[in-house]
Amino acid sequence: MNAINKEPERHEIEALLPWHAAGTLSRRDADRVEQALAGDRELARRYDLVREELAETIHLNETLGAPSARAMEKLFAAIDAEEARSPSRQRSFDLGGRIAEFLSSLTPRTLAWSATAAAVAILVQAAVIATVVVKDQGAPSGPSLASAPSEGSFAVVRFAPQATANDITNFLGAYKAKVVEGPLNMGGQLYRIRLSETKLPKDEVGKIVQQMQAESKVVGFIAARE
Amino acid sequence: MQSTSDEVLIGRIANGDRLAMQVLYARHHVRVFRFVVRLVRHEATAEDVISEVFLDVWRQAGRFEGRSAVSTWMLAIARFKALSALRRRPDEELDEETAGAIEDPSDDPGAVLEKKDKSTMIRKCLTGLSAEHREIIDLVYYHEKSVEEVAEIVGIPENTVKTRMFYARKRLAELLKAAGIDRGWP
Repeated sequence: MNAINKEPERHEIEALLPWHAAGTLSRRDADRVEQALAGDRELARRYDLVREELAETIHLNETLGAPSARAMEKLFAAIDAEEARSPSRQRSFDLGGRIAEFLSSLTPRTLAWSATAAAVAILVQAAVIATVVVKDQGAPSGPSLASAPSEGSFAVVRFAPQATANDITNFLGAYKAKVVEGPLNMGGQLYRIRLSETKLPKDEVGKIVQQMQAESKVVGFIAARE
Repeated sequence: MQSTSDEVLIGRIANGDRLAMQVLYARHHVRVFRFVVRLVRHEATAEDVISEVFLDVWRQAGRFEGRSAVSTWMLAIARFKALSALRRRPDEELDEETAGAIEDPSDDPGAVLEKKDKSTMIRKCLTGLSAEHREIIDLVYYHEKSVEEVAEIVGIPENTVKTRMFYARKRLAELLKAAGIDRGWP
């Protein structure tokens, strides 16, 4: 067996031995270390020392025991106190809260967590609609629609998955409509929109809904709602 | 059956899901506790620290961006909290048991020779390392953190991680040598 003659290279490889023993090196580095170990007895002997340290460190840590139940009790008492102080953290059905939640989770990694394409689509759409509402109401820190209005004429709508923020803005603008509540269902796809601030006759609402339904690029589903 | 990933749990915690918090706690509290107790050397303090760590996780889950593993993120929080706790307790009031365990092995070479137990002596010397060296040895060997992850947790460059690990191991070898165990390195 030939030892590594280049000292800097050996030093570099030796520095990686602890991670090699723990199995946390990249495939490429692990291969480099394996090759060096195979050709260098002294390095292999030092690797045995590293493995010895690793085994004893695990042993030592495993004898440290575990925290008592007091730690968990203290934690959940603190969480209870926080929830009591800031109810906004609790589950709610107001649009502002829901959209803020969606937006806060809209990082690329979060999107990667979503198990299905449908879930991603819902998240993206929520963000799109949040953009529309923010633009519409000029609220820089997110929409505040906690109390949905009860006066006027309304419909529930599921926007088409491919609809962009501009599409939805133009659509709502054309009909002078506003998103006032949602997502309404557990799947997070239905939104309540206000068609008019005054209560319109039923047949007139029916006509508007029919026209909106024809906008297939933006609307997936729509129905009048009292 | 595959268990829910830590990242999914964090997503649920961000939405206020207490059950997800319980699952995450059950999954990680022992390891986080052990990391902290090795730094602060005081069990009651370590318990207080881990409550604070997981409370921070509850508060900050919505801001977790997934750039690192959840366990790495939590250990970084734990380290910060542990060092803060140490600053509040400058005299480092050690548990009697812990203090006994970190007695300098070179103080009593006779007892060391009697034991003739290399494994026990290595563990004793591991306990006798400085906080900085204990921390890096534990992160690499016990918490299975890569060079990059240790750099993130400790807040130092990757090359410094490798150098610090080297010096931690060198110090361990010196302690062992002083205790009568010469491993022929460095």
